[in-house]
Amino acid sequence: MRQFLYALATLASHWRRRPGQFAALFTGLAVATALWSGVAALNDQARRSYDHAAGALGVGAAPSLVAASGGFFAQDAFLAFRRAGWKVSPVIEGPIRLGDKAYRLLGVEPLTLPKIARDKMPEGETLDDFLGPPGRALVAPQTLRALGLAEGATPALGDAEHLPPLAIEKDLAPGTIVVDIGVAQRLLHRPGRLSRLLLAEQPARDAPSLETIGGDALRRVEADDAPELAKLTESFHLNLTAFGLLAYVVGLFIAHASFGLAFEQRLPIIRTLRAIGVSLRALAFALVAELMLLATLAGAAGMVGGYLIAAALLPDIAASLEGLYGAELDGALGLTPGWWASGVGMALIGATIAAASGLVKTLRLPVLAIAQPFAWREAQRLWLLRQGALAALALAGAAAALLFGEGLEAGFVSMAGLLLGAALALPLPLAAALRLGEKRARGPLAKWFFADALQQLPGLSLALMALLLALSTNIGVGSMVEGFRRTFAQWLDQRLVAEIYFEASSEAQARAIETWLAAREDVAAVLPLCKARTTLRSSPVASSWPVEIVGAPPHETFSAHFPLLEARADAWGRVARGDGALISEQLARRLRLALGSTLDIPTPTGNWGVEIVGVYPDYGAAKGQMRVDHAALAARWPDARRLDYMLRARPEDAPAVMHALQTQFGAGVARIIDQASLKQRSTTIFERTFAVTAALDALTLVVSAIALFASLTTLAAARVAQLAPLWAVGVSRRSLSWLEFARVTLFAAATALVSVPLGLALAYDLVAIVNVRAFGWRLPFHVFPSQWLEVFALALLTAALASLMPIRRLARVAPASLLAVFANER
Amino acid sequence: MSVASAACDATEIGARSPLLRVTNLSKSYPGPQGPLPVLHGVDLALAAGESLALMGESGSGKSTLLHLVAGLDHADSGAIHIDDVEVTNLDDDGRAALRRKTLGVVFQQFNLVPSLTVGDNLALQARLAGRFDESWRDQLAARLGLSALLDRYPEQVSGGQQQRVAVGRALAPRPRLLLADEPTGNLDEATGDAVLDLLLELAATAGAAVLMVTHSARLAGRLDRRATLAAGRLAP
Repeated sequence: MRQFLYALATLASHWRRRPGQFAALFTGLAVATALWSGVAALNDQARRSYDHAAGALGVGAAPSLVAASGGFFAQDAFLAFRRAGWKVSPVIEGPIRLGDKAYRLLGVEPLTLPKIARDKMPEGETLDDFLGPPGRALVAPQTLRALGLAEGATPALGDAEHLPPLAIEKDLAPGTIVVDIGVAQRLLHRPGRLSRLLLAEQPARDAPSLETIGGDALRRVEADDAPELAKLTESFHLNLTAFGLLAYVVGLFIAHASFGLAFEQRLPIIRTLRAIGVSLRALAFALVAELMLLATLAGAAGMVGGYLIAAALLPDIAASLEGLYGAELDGALGLTPGWWASGVGMALIGATIAAASGLVKTLRLPVLAIAQPFAWREAQRLWLLRQGALAALALAGAAAALLFGEGLEAGFVSMAGLLLGAALALPLPLAAALRLGEKRARGPLAKWFFADALQQLPGLSLALMALLLALSTNIGVGSMVEGFRRTFAQWLDQRLVAEIYFEASSEAQARAIETWLAAREDVAAVLPLCKARTTLRSSPVASSWPVEIVGAPPHETFSAHFPLLEARADAWGRVARGDGALISEQLARRLRLALGSTLDIPTPTGNWGVEIVGVYPDYGAAKGQMRVDHAALAARWPDARRLDYMLRARPEDAPAVMHALQTQFGAGVARIIDQASLKQRSTTIFERTFAVTAALDALTLVVSAIALFASLTTLAAARVAQLAPLWAVGVSRRSLSWLEFARVTLFAAATALVSVPLGLALAYDLVAIVNVRAFGWRLPFHVFPSQWLEVFALALLTAALASLMPIRRLARVAPASLLAVFANER
Repeated sequence: MSVASAACDATEIGARSPLLRVTNLSKSYPGPQGPLPVLHGVDLALAAGESLALMGESGSGKSTLLHLVAGLDHADSGAIHIDDVEVTNLDDDGRAALRRKTLGVVFQQFNLVPSLTVGDNLALQARLAGRFDESWRDQLAARLGLSALLDRYPEQVSGGQQQRVAVGRALAPRPRLLLADEPTGNLDEATGDAVLDLLLELAATAGAAVLMVTHSARLAGRLDRRATLAAGRLAP
């Protein structure tokens, strides 16, 4: 124990003498942990919200029976199943609007709920209160805060309806309102209708089968089959995780570089300790203990940083998730013990990875050789060769994942392999270029410059790799985001042609508004939309997917403007005749549906065979969508939602029409928006999504700048000994400083050059593989040379900033320090 | 003082029991044309309190022999006994314990810990061995002229002072055997003489035997015995 403690204290004394190096190492580990744990906190927060939403009183967390054709079904089914001995509980759910925000209204029957849900219900008197009258509307505390109301308030809906008095139920998901089923049926205007029957327990063996009781009208969905938010948003979070991981890896590069230098610098100490009787075992324990201690401290600091990053990004993430998927996140960041444990765990794992090679090399080299720099350099050379082999392996892995892999994970594996392989291979072209420079150089100083740069390459290569990763990610993600922005803007212009969009608060209001609009001369066309939901099955992939079906009337608003990726001749005519359907790109890819295929759509009135006559882009949509004729849809789905409208009018008349509509119908118009505002709102959602990406992108670049700074600072001390001979033969400190600056700039410029093709490969991977697999849509591949110039300038700026302090210090180094090199007293 | 017959075996130590006994020791290093022999069947003995100068040309195997005795390297064959403990049979932990508790090693290049002060460097091995005696450390520091430098770091003192710190560190745990590899090789003649005087005097005070590698016949002449290694064998 004594050996261990003194060895640990002696090793740790190194940091006291080199605080800059310690700061670099600490920062590397802390930043890596911060970025990773920040992303993990955001993902955790979202998952908890989804779990809340899915588990809201057991809905989604228990198996249930739903209409085979989607939508609602008659309440009689509940009685039929109960009479047959099935322990089922009726549920109705649907959207309601309070103010300008949508909420999920959930109607339940508490006495028949499964135990898991019943446990969450208020008990005793409160249960009586819930059943009413007037009943209770249970909401999460966050929902109550968002509504700006107090418990007991009865907020108004359209149609002069009010919610029962609000009451807090802390286990509920934000954005969900739970009321008694009778109240919900009234508020949703679905008397006697249900969304699902929850299975409280498995039916007895001798109970009649599902088909016997309900025929083929209902089908059973397991808890996991439900289209949960967690599944819908999986890709979003996978992208976020990939970014967090990238930043983590870049942070580890700093830690690896610092550890490597620390091991090299401490070899004489280690030799001395061994020589005066510290056993290898005690030394290994001391080194590992030091590593763990450092990782824990830096990890804890990183967790604080991670919390701050997550808190800063949460509003953008929440806005993106709500805009894209309708998923509501709790606005206050909650941190679980699991998050803390995983963050510190990642710091420990990261530190171990970063230090492993140095540790193993230190402990394996013979005690008499470890202080000889030559032996270390030899080992480094071998390590570089192995690094080259690893690079080849990583690139081969990327190619294999690209060629043979499927799914989003394979896309990420190919991307990671490409980045890692290129980063590991970076020193090879740099070394080749420097050797060429050395051969071609004429003057002695130029020759020395290249030879010296070559010698410095191993020490700087890790920082340069980190810079390469950051720059290429910048180019890759930048290209994708810019390409998306352009495509999306163009697509919005084509897609949002109508001047006004609105939603009626009820079917009755909708009919009244329609009649009123038809009489107005300033309205050129009233285009009602009809919406239904179903689940489509596909034989090619033996899979099914929930699909929204939108019915629109035949009108030139669609046939002349609606953007299509591919279409049959007379596609719109076929749609108007009711025997053709347009499907979204996501749906086509997900179910591998091609133009000309026939779909057999289950509807409440029987199956409906239509041919796919067109495929359209539907950027940003998480679910599949299909567009058919309005009348055809309404005929097959009597329950279809018919509340949405598009209005055509002269742009200058649009404000007056909107005003008149609101004046005439008040709360009867649940939501109304003009074209420009709708475009603005859609664009804002995407901008906020990409704001998160841009923030992580920028942080990665900052991390790489820290890596470069750390490497240059830690190498600066050794540089004095290498530069002293030149100073002695007449090169001024000022000239030496400029040469140092030129060397760092050269490295950064060369790295930036390599980052362009790598960034483009990354952009292609993101656009053609990751996006397609994650979201189901493919963007056109754009290149932006002006971005490359920006990145090039950014690289030079990063290098300049990182090298400023070490070079300034070098320019002011005291002649005594340079002389000390020759006096062998350093 | 015995001069000629340094190639003695354990039986020649006479009445004094040998503290160090090296028997038929051989060592070779891998070379481009096969193993390169460095030591051939070396026999050597050293009694407690005795000092022996190990001389020879560069590459004759002096440092290798010292490293083998210190348990820093492994012999191909033969045996090394220190206090009847066979060093060649010890595992890494055993060898480390031997160096910590029984030996003191002074390296040519000082090998001080740059991040510890002179005072901490002096105390390091004694603390590791659990034998730290502050008064003995202070006595050593005073005798070595380091008392005023205890709070400085190695880079802040001169080469001669660093060498004295290395000597003090090796003597601080009161080792039974002091191994010194050219302990004055980096010093001028006067400083070298002063350091050697101190080393021998303090070793005698601590009751330690001394095995010192040196190129200098003048310095070797000040030790009890001399042995010369030539082509890996002790000269007759």
